[in-house]
Amino acid sequence: MAETALNSAANQKLTLRQIFHGELWLKRLIILLMCIWLLVVVVAPIFQLLSKSLADEDGNFVGLANFVYYFQTPSLSHSLPNSIYVSLMTMVISVSLGFLFAYGLTRTTIKGKGLLKGIAMMPLFAPTLANGIALIYLFGRKGLITRGFFGTFPGIEFPLYGPFGIIFAEVVYTFPQAMLILFIALSITDARLYEASDSLSASKIKTFFTVTLPGIKYGLISALFICFVLAFTDFGAPKVVGGNYNILATDIYKQVIGQQNFTMGAVVSVVLLIPTVIAFIVDRIVQRKQVAMIAARSVPLVPKANRIIDSLFQVFCILIVLLIIGFYSTAVFASLVKVWPYKLELGFWHYNFTGMGGGGYAAFFNSIRMSLLSAVIGTALIFGSAYLIEKVREMKLMRQIGYFLSIIPLALPGLVIGLAYIFFFNARGWEIFGFYVPNVLNPIYGTMAILVLSNIVHFYTVSFLTATTALKQMDIEFEHVSESMGIPFYKTFTRVTVPVCLPAILEIGMYFFVNSMATVSAVIFLYSADIPLASVAVANMDDAGDIAPACAMSVLIIATNITVRLLYSLVTRKLKRRTQAWISK
Amino acid sequence: MNKIWKRFLMSILALLTLGLFCGIQNVIAEDLLVYTALEDDEIPRYLALFKKSHPDINVKIVRDSTGIITAKVLAEKDNPRADLVWGTAATSLMLFDQAGIVEPYKPQGLSRVRAKMRDSNPVPHWVGIKAWMTGFCVNTEEVKYMKLPVPKNFEDLLNPVYKGQLVMPNPASSGTGFLTVSAILQMKGEAKGWEYLSKLHENIARYTHSGSKPCKIAGAGELPIGISFAYRGFMQKKKGEPVVTVFPEEGSGWDVEANCLIKKPGIKKAAKTFLDWAISPEVMKEYAKVYPVTAYSTDMPIPDGFPKQPEKQLIENDFQWAAANRRRILAEWSKRYDGKSDAK
Repeated sequence: MAETALNSAANQKLTLRQIFHGELWLKRLIILLMCIWLLVVVVAPIFQLLSKSLADEDGNFVGLANFVYYFQTPSLSHSLPNSIYVSLMTMVISVSLGFLFAYGLTRTTIKGKGLLKGIAMMPLFAPTLANGIALIYLFGRKGLITRGFFGTFPGIEFPLYGPFGIIFAEVVYTFPQAMLILFIALSITDARLYEASDSLSASKIKTFFTVTLPGIKYGLISALFICFVLAFTDFGAPKVVGGNYNILATDIYKQVIGQQNFTMGAVVSVVLLIPTVIAFIVDRIVQRKQVAMIAARSVPLVPKANRIIDSLFQVFCILIVLLIIGFYSTAVFASLVKVWPYKLELGFWHYNFTGMGGGGYAAFFNSIRMSLLSAVIGTALIFGSAYLIEKVREMKLMRQIGYFLSIIPLALPGLVIGLAYIFFFNARGWEIFGFYVPNVLNPIYGTMAILVLSNIVHFYTVSFLTATTALKQMDIEFEHVSESMGIPFYKTFTRVTVPVCLPAILEIGMYFFVNSMATVSAVIFLYSADIPLASVAVANMDDAGDIAPACAMSVLIIATNITVRLLYSLVTRKLKRRTQAWISK
Repeated sequence: MNKIWKRFLMSILALLTLGLFCGIQNVIAEDLLVYTALEDDEIPRYLALFKKSHPDINVKIVRDSTGIITAKVLAEKDNPRADLVWGTAATSLMLFDQAGIVEPYKPQGLSRVRAKMRDSNPVPHWVGIKAWMTGFCVNTEEVKYMKLPVPKNFEDLLNPVYKGQLVMPNPASSGTGFLTVSAILQMKGEAKGWEYLSKLHENIARYTHSGSKPCKIAGAGELPIGISFAYRGFMQKKKGEPVVTVFPEEGSGWDVEANCLIKKPGIKKAAKTFLDWAISPEVMKEYAKVYPVTAYSTDMPIPDGFPKQPEKQLIENDFQWAAANRRRILAEWSKRYDGKSDAK
């Protein structure tokens, strides 16, 4: 009797150890798989793209010959200064406007801050193609502004097609990004610094340059880089309003889709990639220098009322918000007009999409399906990876490699991912050290899977950082306690980590959905004829000159995204009340 | 431990089956991949007829402008994806033929097709379905507003009052653009032709990639006059845009929209069925509803707004010359005028 009891106890002990051991190996295996997966979907395709740019059309290594040709052909290399010019202009305008707007929201006592911020985020939900299309209806030959609201007022003519149009559309696109980064930077401050400055009787302007600006230094640098890179790599707006002003992003498309010249497409991609990667590295180095702005004894700054400054900012913020509302209202209105500007009857003619290229409603529903898949699979993968990297103690080196690989996609423009994926997934196989390795991933080429994959990688890093931040806020003790109690990590993960991090998980899902709906750059190279997509349909209808239906499709995309975003706020608000109550306690 | 491993293996297995299943699905459904440069608003009308008579064949359409389809087929020549090409410029199909991508095929009912509209080989390499021709789309409201005369012929377009008011397709990507440029070079001779195009370039605001876009731009009033093709002008007018179509007095450039079978391992029977159907009287009547010149005459009346004798509007066109010189003409054109081209 006693013997059996002892025996069973020993057995139990053994199983426990076995569980612990198996769990360890499972962890190792998953971390290893995660690194391999990132190598395959991020590093290998980019490597393939780089090697393509160094080879001739038959695949022979030619060194930098393609680049020499590129820079010796003025019609090609002109695009680089053009791209840099529009991106710098966009960066300066966007960050200035974004700063003033964020300053108004954080450091003044203006009214309706929540509403102002909410509306200012509108452009985040629109494909950049839509910004271009709205501009045509505002500043084109028959635009509202150009013809003074159908002849009601004297009109003003702008040279829309070219740098003016591109910069305008990119400013609309990048403004909310700059504003949000600076909003966070301006929110985190220590009021004691201002008190000190005040007691030293420094002037307002001196305080601004010695306290405010240094305080948001890192946010400002980030905002500048992000605006530059977004404008530099965007393809949608210049496609619509670029006219014959060539820039790098449209050149890649022109080479690949227009002329089927994949080698030159790869070369231009590398030219596009280099400044983007430099910006990315510099930003990383600068951000690492950032020390905590908030010490334990910091006092949050409460903005003081100042009648003149407040009313100035109130007017400015309302003006910006009205401009944004006007901008997108024009698009909605134009999509409902029968024949702009000749027959101003309103109706849903252009929402029919029959006899149009692009795929109509099939494309729209494909896009929703793709975005849902990207959101679910992407969120699961990324949150899981972030958990392993953040909370596991074993395999430090592997986890660091995993972290590094997870950050890389931020430096990759969508067009580059799309083109790299064509090269990588359409290859039949590779000759590696004399061995022929067939490409087992080839079957996903031209399917929904590659579209979802490209979206996951395209929006990987931002989601990954969101997940990491959320996980960092959770005490590591949860893992230690579970471990010492012999509870396997996946149970801790599903029963504790996921429920606590649910708001962050939903946020990642929403981010994935919205961006997958609106993106055109990566998927335009990867979609196939039987899986048309809404954003690509906008590009194709615009290409065929069917601007009104293209506008209607854009409106559908924006409406879907705003709906999803509102649902998200609704759900998180309820959720917070129910599950996050412990945080405030 | 067993439990975990079991679960883990099971999920891997499930994933693998899923992948396999997707792969199998791709193999079973035998689709017909058709490349075409026909207009977006034509295709559904014709395809509806095909689907009615051949419900068992699943047709996938890849549509783009002539130059894009041409580049695509040529780029894929080592590993062709399309099964056949439908309704694409004969001058492009001749290029495919030169590259050895075409499988000759004699579709049923070939004897009806006019000699001018098919390849002369006994087993033809390509067979035409209809002709399309240059037409100017003129926005009547805009020319009135800007006090511009309505151009009647190619010479009129050189009038300096049109400076920056004309839009034309880029011949490198648009079939309409190419047939217009080729017509000008053939009518005037090369030296005078280029001279004309250079003067015309002065008046052009932009070159588009689609042949129909100039007409749509004119219809929307973005620019008053677009050099496009006749069908587009009539369709835009039907939609309620203030557009008239002008047939240039010197005659219109034209090309045959034709079909060919692509040479590849395992040519599908369905591809031949489709090519037979594409010149059958059933669909020919549908073509004739909007295009006055078809591969053989049908009893359909000439569509509204076209000249009474549409064949007379067509210039003498030497397709062999056009196809043989296409590459050279496009290179020369791009070198001279590409600066005003849209992005694509």
